[in-house]
Amino acid sequence: MKRFRYMKAVSVREAIGIFAAEPGAALMAGGTNLVDLMKYDVSTPTVVVDINGLPLHDITEQPDGGLRLGALVSNADVAYDPRITERYPLLSSAILAGASGQLRNMATVGGNLLQRTRCSYFYDVQVPCNKREPGSGCPAKTGLNRGHAILGASPLCIATHPSDMCVALSALDATILVEGPRGVRSIPFSEFHRLPGESPERDTTLEPGEIILAVDLPLLPPSMGYSYLKIRDRLSYAFALVSVAVLIKIDDRIIQQAHLSLGSVAHKAWRDKDAETLLVGAAPVRAVFKRIADRLLDSAIAQEQNGFKIELAHRATVRCLEQAAAGTPQSQANKRIC
Amino acid sequence: MADAALNTGRPLLRVDGPLKVTGGAKYAAEYDAPDLVHGVIVPSSIARGRIVSVDTRAAQAFPGVLKIFTHENRPWGAHFSVFFKDPMGPPGKPFRPLLDGQVHFSGQPVALIVAESFEAARDAAALVRVSYHTEAHKTDLEKEAVHAYTPPRTRLGVPPTPKPTGDADRAFASSPVKVEATYRASPENHHPMELFASTVVWGADKTITVYDKTQSPKSVQIYLKAAFLLFGRRVRVVSPYVGGAFGLGLRPQQSVFLAMLAAKALKRSVRVVIPRDQMYTLGYRANAIQTVSLGADEDGHLHALKQEAIAATSQYEDAQDPMLFFSGLLYGCENVKLAYKLAKLDTISPCDMRAPGAATGMFALESAMDELAYATGRDPLDLRLENYIDYDQMEHRKMSSKALRDCYTQGADKFGWSARTAAPRSMRDGRDLIGWGMATGIWDAALSPLPARATVTLTADNRLEVTTSVTDIGTGTYTILSQLAADAMQLPMDRVTTRLGDSSLPYNPTQGGSWTASTAGSAVQAACEKLKDKLLKHSHRTDQASLTSDPSVEFVTLLNVAGKARMEATATITNLPFGKKFTSATHSAVFVEVRIDEELGAIRVTRVVSAIAAGRILNPLTAQSQIRGAAIMAIGKALHEDAASDHNLGRCMAHSFADYHIPSNADVFDLEVIFVKELDTEVSPIGTKGLGEIGSVAVAPAIANAVFHATGYRVRELPITIDRLLPGLPL
Repeated sequence: MKRFRYMKAVSVREAIGIFAAEPGAALMAGGTNLVDLMKYDVSTPTVVVDINGLPLHDITEQPDGGLRLGALVSNADVAYDPRITERYPLLSSAILAGASGQLRNMATVGGNLLQRTRCSYFYDVQVPCNKREPGSGCPAKTGLNRGHAILGASPLCIATHPSDMCVALSALDATILVEGPRGVRSIPFSEFHRLPGESPERDTTLEPGEIILAVDLPLLPPSMGYSYLKIRDRLSYAFALVSVAVLIKIDDRIIQQAHLSLGSVAHKAWRDKDAETLLVGAAPVRAVFKRIADRLLDSAIAQEQNGFKIELAHRATVRCLEQAAAGTPQSQANKRIC
Repeated sequence: MADAALNTGRPLLRVDGPLKVTGGAKYAAEYDAPDLVHGVIVPSSIARGRIVSVDTRAAQAFPGVLKIFTHENRPWGAHFSVFFKDPMGPPGKPFRPLLDGQVHFSGQPVALIVAESFEAARDAAALVRVSYHTEAHKTDLEKEAVHAYTPPRTRLGVPPTPKPTGDADRAFASSPVKVEATYRASPENHHPMELFASTVVWGADKTITVYDKTQSPKSVQIYLKAAFLLFGRRVRVVSPYVGGAFGLGLRPQQSVFLAMLAAKALKRSVRVVIPRDQMYTLGYRANAIQTVSLGADEDGHLHALKQEAIAATSQYEDAQDPMLFFSGLLYGCENVKLAYKLAKLDTISPCDMRAPGAATGMFALESAMDELAYATGRDPLDLRLENYIDYDQMEHRKMSSKALRDCYTQGADKFGWSARTAAPRSMRDGRDLIGWGMATGIWDAALSPLPARATVTLTADNRLEVTTSVTDIGTGTYTILSQLAADAMQLPMDRVTTRLGDSSLPYNPTQGGSWTASTAGSAVQAACEKLKDKLLKHSHRTDQASLTSDPSVEFVTLLNVAGKARMEATATITNLPFGKKFTSATHSAVFVEVRIDEELGAIRVTRVVSAIAAGRILNPLTAQSQIRGAAIMAIGKALHEDAASDHNLGRCMAHSFADYHIPSNADVFDLEVIFVKELDTEVSPIGTKGLGEIGSVAVAPAIANAVFHATGYRVRELPITIDRLLPGLPL
C-alpha cells in the first residue's frame, strides 16, 4: 500500500473540488473494493476523500413515479427497502445474488457502479495488465481466461465487469445522475460503462472530477415478470460466470415488452435493444427465447478457455426468460434453479 | 476397552472451546514483545532464472525500515551450508529463502523487509525493484509428464509404493471386461483460517521464544537450533493453538525461517506473517495424471488392477506422498501393478495436504471402480462387496481389524441406497438430475513413526496436569487427552488440565498422519498407569486391584498418605517399524447425493453419508466434526479448488478467495456421520485408529460417481466445474 492523505468531504461541491484538483484522488464510500485495490497496490491514490458525510443516503420518490437511489445508500438497504422489493424486485434479487451480507452492508450504490474487474491479472501488480498499466500487455489473452469476456472485448482487454446490481440496473433502464466541475448531468445506464477498446484503463464515461449523486429508476409498467439468474463456480459468494436479468411484460400470452441484460460476459452489462424487439408480439415460448439468445450471442467470441460461457449464457438466457415469463423468479436463498 | 468409562467415548464439548470463541486463545501472530519489529516478504515475479540485481534504495530510505535482507547480504548460517537438511523434507535439497540469486519458483522470497511497523515494511516492500535474468520455465504437468521418473529415494515416513503381485499386464489383456481411463486432479493450495506466521521473541537472557504456526513445535525447535547454530541458547517453540494446518505445518515454513534469520541478525524480536495472497508460495497438493486399468470377469470379479500416477514435484526435491500405497489394499486381486512417478516443474515443492496422496489416488481408483460397475452391470456397492477382502494381500498379513463391510451396510441403510435406480439419468426431480454415488476410503492407522512421551502430574489440590509437546490443530486433542486422563485417574473432567504445543513439554513429534490421538492418547494412558503404580507404591497400599477398580477412590488421598505435594509420571510410546504381524487401516464408505440442473450444470451436493471404521471413538462430538470438516474439504477438491497456473508466466494466479474457491456455506447441505463399531486391540494401546484423514478420502470420488449417475457423463478431472460438465448436458 502506498501512503496517502485522508480527507473527509462535507459537501458535494467540496468533494468535486478536491476530486477535480487532484488527479491522484480517489473517492471512498463503502471501500469494499477500493481498500482491497489499495492493499494490493493496484490503486495508489495520493488522496482518499471520504464521502460518507455527503447527503446522498436516501431513497426518494420521483415526480414521474420512479425512485431515486442516493449514491451512498448501502446495497443492503436498497435490497431490503419495501419500495424496492415491491416495485423493483429484480434489483433486490440481483443485489442479494452478490457478495455477502457483510459486504452488502458496507457497499454503496455508487461504489457498486465503480467497482473494478476481478480479473486476477489486474489484481497482481507483478504481472502485466493493460487495464492497470496501459501498454503493458494482457496475459489473460493467452493465459487463464476461463471467466473472461465473450462479448465486446478488445485485443487489449478481455476483462468483465463483475457487478450483479448493474445487470439489473441495465435491464431497468436506470439513469445515473452525476455532478462535476461543469454541473449536473444524467447518463443513461447503457452509456455509463464502456467497452475496453483502445483504453481499457477507463471503465466508465465519467469525466474528470465527476461524482455519482444518484441512480434514478424509471416507473415501470405494472405486473412485469422478472428474474435474475446467476451461474457461478459455487453456490454463493462467487462472481458470476454468466448472469441474466430479465423484465418481461406479457398480456394474453403475447410479449408486450422485454428487457434483457447479461452480466459477466463483457466489460459492461450487455444489452441489445434491437434483439429485444424480436420478442415483442411473440408468444412466451422456449423456441422464441432460444431465438433471442441466438441473436444476443451471435457476435460472441471465445478465448481459449471460455467457449463454454457462450453456451452457458445461451442456456441461462432461455431459462431466465422462462422463469420471468412463468412468474417464478429465481430465488437467491434457495440454490435450486427453478 | 474401557468404554464404560465416565468421560472417554462421550460427546463432551471441547475443553478449549470457550477460549477459542472468546478470543482468549492466542495464535502465533498475536504474541507481542518489547520492540517487536515486522518482516514482510518480497516475492519473485518470475518462475525460473537468476537475480541480476535488487535495488533496495527506495525501500531502505522508507521511514521505519531497519534492514532489508536479500541473498546478497544475508547473514551466514548453517542453513546455507551444504550439510543443511530439513529432516521433515523429502529427498533433495530443501529450498532455503535468500540462499542465492537462483529463482526456483514464482513467488519465491527474494527479499525480507524489516521495519518498525508492519505497515512500513509492507509499503517499503512495494518499492523494491528486482531485475532478473529470466530462463525458460516449465510449469505445465501435461507437457512434462513425458519426462516422468520413479523417485530413486523414498521419503522418510511415506510408505513406499507396493511391489507388483502376479502379472497384471497379462491378466488385464486376457480379462473379459476391461476399464481403462485417465484421471486428472488439479493442484490445491492450503488456506487454513489462520495464516502462517512466526513471532520470534529475542530474550536478553539467551532465551529465544518462538511463537510459530506449526504442527510440530519440537521439530521446529530442533530445526532452528541446528540451522541457525543456536546451541548456546535456549530455544523454545510455542504453538498452543493452531487455526487449522492440514499438512502445511509439518515442515518449518518460510515465516519461521525468515523471522529467525532477521531476529538473530538484528538481535531483536521479529514477526513474519505470510499474507493470504502469498499462501500459494508455501506448497501445494501435487496435481497428478493417473491411468487406471481394471480387468474383471463378467461378474465384476477383479483379475487385474493397474494404476500409474504422474505427480508434480519441484526441480529441487522429490516430493512424495502415498498416492498409490492403498490401491492394492481394498479389493481382492491377484495381479496388481502400481507405478508412482514424478515430473519436475519449476514450482515450489508440493506438500502434504489432508489425506495426502490417498485423496488423489482414491479419486482415480474409485472412479474406475464405478466405471467397472457400469461396464459389468453391477451395482457399485455390490461390486465392492464382490471384491471384498479382509486381509492385506500386498504384504500377506492379517488386518488388525476391518469393519469396512459394516460401513457399507450401515452407510447404505442410512442413505437409502437400495432405492437407487441403476441407469444414469434415471432419477430426477423436475429439472434437477439426481445422482447417487458411492466410494470406498482407506487411510493408514498407525502410531507416530517417532517415539512420543507424555507426563501427568497430580498435585495435593487434587488436580491433574497432562503435558506433551504436540499441538492441537483443531482436532480436539486437548479434549480427548483430558478425557483419557480423567478416566484413568478417576477424576472429573474439571480436575484435569492438558497443556500442549510447547517444545519444552515432553517430546511428542508431530500432529499429523492421523496418528496423534493414538500416539499421544496411549502415552497419556500409560503415564497415568505409571502414576497410579507410583502412588500405590509410595503409600504402601497393597490392595491395588480393588483400588483401581473402585471409581470412588481418590488417588489424591494416596498422595496425601505419601506426604507429597505432587507426583508425576512420564511414559514413552514407541512404534517399532519391523516385525509387524498386522496391517492396520481406517476405512470408510461414503454415499453422496448430487442434484444437477440438467441444462445449466450447477451442482449441489445435497447429502453425504460417511460411514467410518476407525476403531475406538474417544469423543463422538469432536470425531464427527473431524469427519464433517474433512467432507467439506473434499467437496472443495471435487467441485471447487484449483490452484491454476498461467504457464506462460509460470505463476499460480489464484491468490485470493475470489480466485481460489473453497466451499461456501451454501455449498454444504446434509453431512451425516456414522462410526461403525470396530474393536481393535492391536492397532494402538487405546484401541484408536485416528480420524484426521479418513473423512477426506472417499468423498471426492463419491461425488464424481454421483455426477456420472446423474448425467451419464464421466468427468475424469477435478474439480468438476461447469465448463467440464456442460458437454455432458445436451439439450
